[in-house]
Amino acid sequence: MKLDAIKLGHGSGGKLSHDLIDQLFMQYFKNDLLLLQGDSAVLNIESQLLSFTTDSFVVDPLFFPGGDIGKIAVAGTVNDLAVSGAIPKYLSAAFIIEEGLNYDLLERVVISMANEAQKAGVMIVTGDTKVVAKGQCDKLFINTSGIGVMNEQNASISSGSNIKVGDKIIINGSIGDHGMSIMAARNELNLSANIESDCACLNAMIHKVLSNVSTVKFMRDATRGGLSTVLAELANKNLFGLEVSEEDVPVKEMVRGMCELLGFDPFYVANEGKLVLVVAPEDAQTVVELMQEFEEGKQSAIIGEITADHIGKGWIKTPFGGKRMIDMLSGEQLPRIC
Amino acid sequence: MKYIDEYRDKAKVLQLLQLIKEEDAKSIRIMEVCGGHTMSIHKFGIPSLLPSHIQLVSGPGCPVCVTDRKYIDQAIAYARMPNTIITTYGDLIRVPGSSSSLEKERSNGRDIRIVYSVLDAHKIAIENPSRNIIFLGIGFETTTPSSAFGILNAAEMGLHNFFVFSAHKLMPPAMKALIDEQVNIDAYLGPGHVSAIAGTQMYDFIPSQYHLGVVVSGFEPTDILTSILMLVKQLNSGQAKVEIQYKRAVKREGNIIAKAAIEKVFETRDDWWRGLGILKNSGLKIKESFEQFDAEKAFEVEVEPTRQDSACICGAILKGIASPSDCKLFARACNPENPIGACMVSNEGACHAFYRYGQ
Repeated sequence: MKLDAIKLGHGSGGKLSHDLIDQLFMQYFKNDLLLLQGDSAVLNIESQLLSFTTDSFVVDPLFFPGGDIGKIAVAGTVNDLAVSGAIPKYLSAAFIIEEGLNYDLLERVVISMANEAQKAGVMIVTGDTKVVAKGQCDKLFINTSGIGVMNEQNASISSGSNIKVGDKIIINGSIGDHGMSIMAARNELNLSANIESDCACLNAMIHKVLSNVSTVKFMRDATRGGLSTVLAELANKNLFGLEVSEEDVPVKEMVRGMCELLGFDPFYVANEGKLVLVVAPEDAQTVVELMQEFEEGKQSAIIGEITADHIGKGWIKTPFGGKRMIDMLSGEQLPRIC
Repeated sequence: MKYIDEYRDKAKVLQLLQLIKEEDAKSIRIMEVCGGHTMSIHKFGIPSLLPSHIQLVSGPGCPVCVTDRKYIDQAIAYARMPNTIITTYGDLIRVPGSSSSLEKERSNGRDIRIVYSVLDAHKIAIENPSRNIIFLGIGFETTTPSSAFGILNAAEMGLHNFFVFSAHKLMPPAMKALIDEQVNIDAYLGPGHVSAIAGTQMYDFIPSQYHLGVVVSGFEPTDILTSILMLVKQLNSGQAKVEIQYKRAVKREGNIIAKAAIEKVFETRDDWWRGLGILKNSGLKIKESFEQFDAEKAFEVEVEPTRQDSACICGAILKGIASPSDCKLFARACNPENPIGACMVSNEGACHAFYRYGQ
């Protein structure tokens, strides 16, 4: 079915975004590399494997507890490279700035990007600036692209093609922090919730895991669309099912409370520093322990496993044995009426 | 989390399931008429825990789902008026009208804003004195008081650019209509929030005239299972009565202040329900004494002729005589991204819950 107009939900990272990619972008851009639809494209240039990715950042407000648009712009792209199994090296940074933006504010964003890049061990090596008339964009939009280097043995991580039944699913900490911190910071709700975004570069932690464990079969950062969307996507594309135990997935009290209040499901709320891994069962505990050495992995936990049952579907096991299906986020999450 | 964890306690849930299993295994069909219950039941996977002789069916409990398409068409017509801001609860924006939806209108540049309460709409009205702010007042007894206070406060503040377009509805007439239509149910899981406002006397006719039990339930797993146990016990002892399980929120007389506000601002009218048709005295319109806040009185708009989708069986689903999976459109033409019937739109809709949680 042809669309008449783009809706906000097409940018939510859930099913509508997927439809737009499959029905429009794929149709015209189609090539073997794009078809893989990883977080990054893996390029083979004169027998050196390179990972290449891009992302745009339009977060409102520009500053929020735990981060800002600059920090996310660096961390988001660094993470997309790192989860594909690459070591992030170089970034570009392009700015679309609304006329009248306060200079000091822009400087704070740029300083934040520089700090985050330094922490992640990447260099910002090229860029672009455009200024548009007042009202033609909302304060500041940033695009970053990134390149990382990769070795042969990690090349299948972004597709998950080596996953087997019995492999364990791991996450590096509590879900929903970013989405709920933004909701609270927008102040539309008059809620004073002390929730910090989980926005962070994960490449050091990932590097440690990949240097010590050779059975990491899949990694994906659970950003927009939340944990559910990553899990549903993984199951839908493959010939296995998966099951996650709700009890084992860390959710902060404050995030749970806000979700309860708004009728949101934390499994669908955005993260900016969360990573889902699929690992061979014998190495799962080792991976958890390795990640727990890092601040961004303190709460790492095994949350589920790959199953031979219900192929193509993901299920969440409730604490008392009930089950519900996992789906991708559809449209935006909307607060309920009553 | 206090007030939540104790009602999701695993040991208590398992104990309740055991008690339910120890009761006589007479078959019982229990209808929930509150969207919040539909959502909880699926979210906690309750049907997969119950013995097969206990069936849960979803009734017309989601305010978005029972709102007629004509209302959406009229709201869209208001949105197209110059100088107008539509303020609405989030669920409503994706509901398809005859040829558009509020979400599509928003993409086309109409000013449609999601609010969390009528107070947000007031704020927008104060900040935009030269524009007309129309609040889409939908929902059952639960949300009606906030619309009523919205109007009372607007009168007090002298707000001249704030209007309510009411589609507020009452729950008991729908519960009566379902039994009159001989929908196959044995008991009602009574709505929690509706009853917190309106009390439980309004259900007395259900056991006395129809001999069906009603237990007003909370929303957590132990609440719902306790209520199911209470209904099973009523059935097995041959008794039918109105009981309150959700005692921490519901009193028999309801919330007297909220009821008085509703009484002051609204009066009943015959109203159209999706799937159920016109039910006598089932809707609420704004009384003449507050008509300056009534969007229907203040604005005349041309509304396109209502077009219903013939293949959609939302009506039968709302009556609990069909399951979402019986619908030809379910999960094919009709899905949460592209809803055809309203039951697929709201989180609380039976089709949405079935689709998302795969029951």
